[in-house]
Amino acid sequence: MLKYTEDHEWLRADGDELVVGITAHASEQLGDVVFIELPEVGREVEAGEEIVVIESVKAASDITAPVAGVITAVNTALADAPGDVNADALAAWFFKIKPSDAAAVEGFMDEAAYSALIG
Amino acid sequence: MAENRRTTLYDLHLARGAKMVPFAGWDMPVQYPMGVLNEHLHTRAKAGLFDVSHMGQVILRGPEVAVALESLIPADLAGLKPGRQRYGLFTAENGGVLDDLMIANKGDHLYLVVNAANAEADLAHLRQLEGKGISVEPQDRALLALQGPEAAAVLARLIPGVAEMTFMDSRDFDWQGVDLWISRSGYTGEDGFEISVPQARAVALAEALLANEAVAPIGLGARDSLRLEAGMPLYGHEMDEMTSPAQASLGWSIPKIRRLGGARAGGFPGAERVLAELAAGATRARYGLRPEGRAPIREGVEIFAEETGGTAIGRVRSGGFGPSVGAPIAMADLPAGLSPDTPLWAELRGRRLPVAITPLPFHTPAYKR
Repeated sequence: MLKYTEDHEWLRADGDELVVGITAHASEQLGDVVFIELPEVGREVEAGEEIVVIESVKAASDITAPVAGVITAVNTALADAPGDVNADALAAWFFKIKPSDAAAVEGFMDEAAYSALIG
Repeated sequence: MAENRRTTLYDLHLARGAKMVPFAGWDMPVQYPMGVLNEHLHTRAKAGLFDVSHMGQVILRGPEVAVALESLIPADLAGLKPGRQRYGLFTAENGGVLDDLMIANKGDHLYLVVNAANAEADLAHLRQLEGKGISVEPQDRALLALQGPEAAAVLARLIPGVAEMTFMDSRDFDWQGVDLWISRSGYTGEDGFEISVPQARAVALAEALLANEAVAPIGLGARDSLRLEAGMPLYGHEMDEMTSPAQASLGWSIPKIRRLGGARAGGFPGAERVLAELAAGATRARYGLRPEGRAPIREGVEIFAEETGGTAIGRVRSGGFGPSVGAPIAMADLPAGLSPDTPLWAELRGRRLPVAITPLPFHTPAYKR
């Protein structure tokens, strides 16, 4: 089941890791994505740390680590095809993170709460 | 805070799904559902319709009006023939640039189009000419720009006479009993037209143009990427009150006749510095840059001559992704005289990325000369 952050990220549990991407709403707001800078695998990050840069035609935006943990994988295909984020935001995952606290994901929004947030 | 102004086309923008943003005191469409990238490519392939009604339109009348205006603009306006338009700069007392503008000779008067952000200040500046017997008449009209390779064919279906115009011609036409002021110009690097239309008929004209399937409405986002690819300077970016014409590589807009030794040399604000810099060669210049890789470098990014250490030698004035180029592009203010193969680095988020000096424009304009 997907969870959502207030920063318009989606989170999907995959074993003891979280797969993270941005929502279709966020990709629409950003406009055409032309460049994505991903974090290094193995990097230890704090919750709220800016770890991905997304450049659209219009502007640069950051996305943050939803929880503290270690980056275990990044979607390198996005570096070559950043437009995939606009084409299918749910399929275009950015990184996988192993949370340092397994319960950290509990506090995030479910689909209904996120839909209410974006109105 | 005061409400933003709305152009006559505001409801049309909303009806077509535009995302509106505040810009220079106006609510303007930044993009339509097609998105900035596709709007850009559509304009280069077919025709884009831009609402530029936020820009200022002014008529000047009076004796020797062109010569009078030369006291504010270092251009050859006395030599501007009826039916022709020219690009010019309002210079500041310190030799910087107050604004850039288009000036058309309409026979018995001059017609000016100035930037939205500076329209009020430009008007106040122009009122200095009232002491010379010139009347300064701001115009409350809408302004549309139709740009792209199919622009001429599209507009000629409504107004056949436009087909005979060449780049920078400025003529009046009748459309359904309405007086249109049309110039063959624009700010996208494409063939195209700017069309001044009375407010009451602006929506009808826009709808008539949009009825042609070659035409899509285009927002400010693509307007900016189009002009950047065309290597065109934008006020507040490549030029401002601190940047002189020579520093911005806009010396081409100042003809010989207004330079030292010319028949009507000087006589405009800041002339001493502006002309001395043009004569001696500027110390700074505007360059095109292509970053390696895909990361855009945007306004404010500093440029270095070394991969590590040292101090910045300049900064990006406009930068982003060039949809037609298919890569990031930027214009930067750097020391004059750099060899085209000078290695440079842009500092982006703490890292230095190699950038290459590239001739401007990034995309070659297709004007009808």
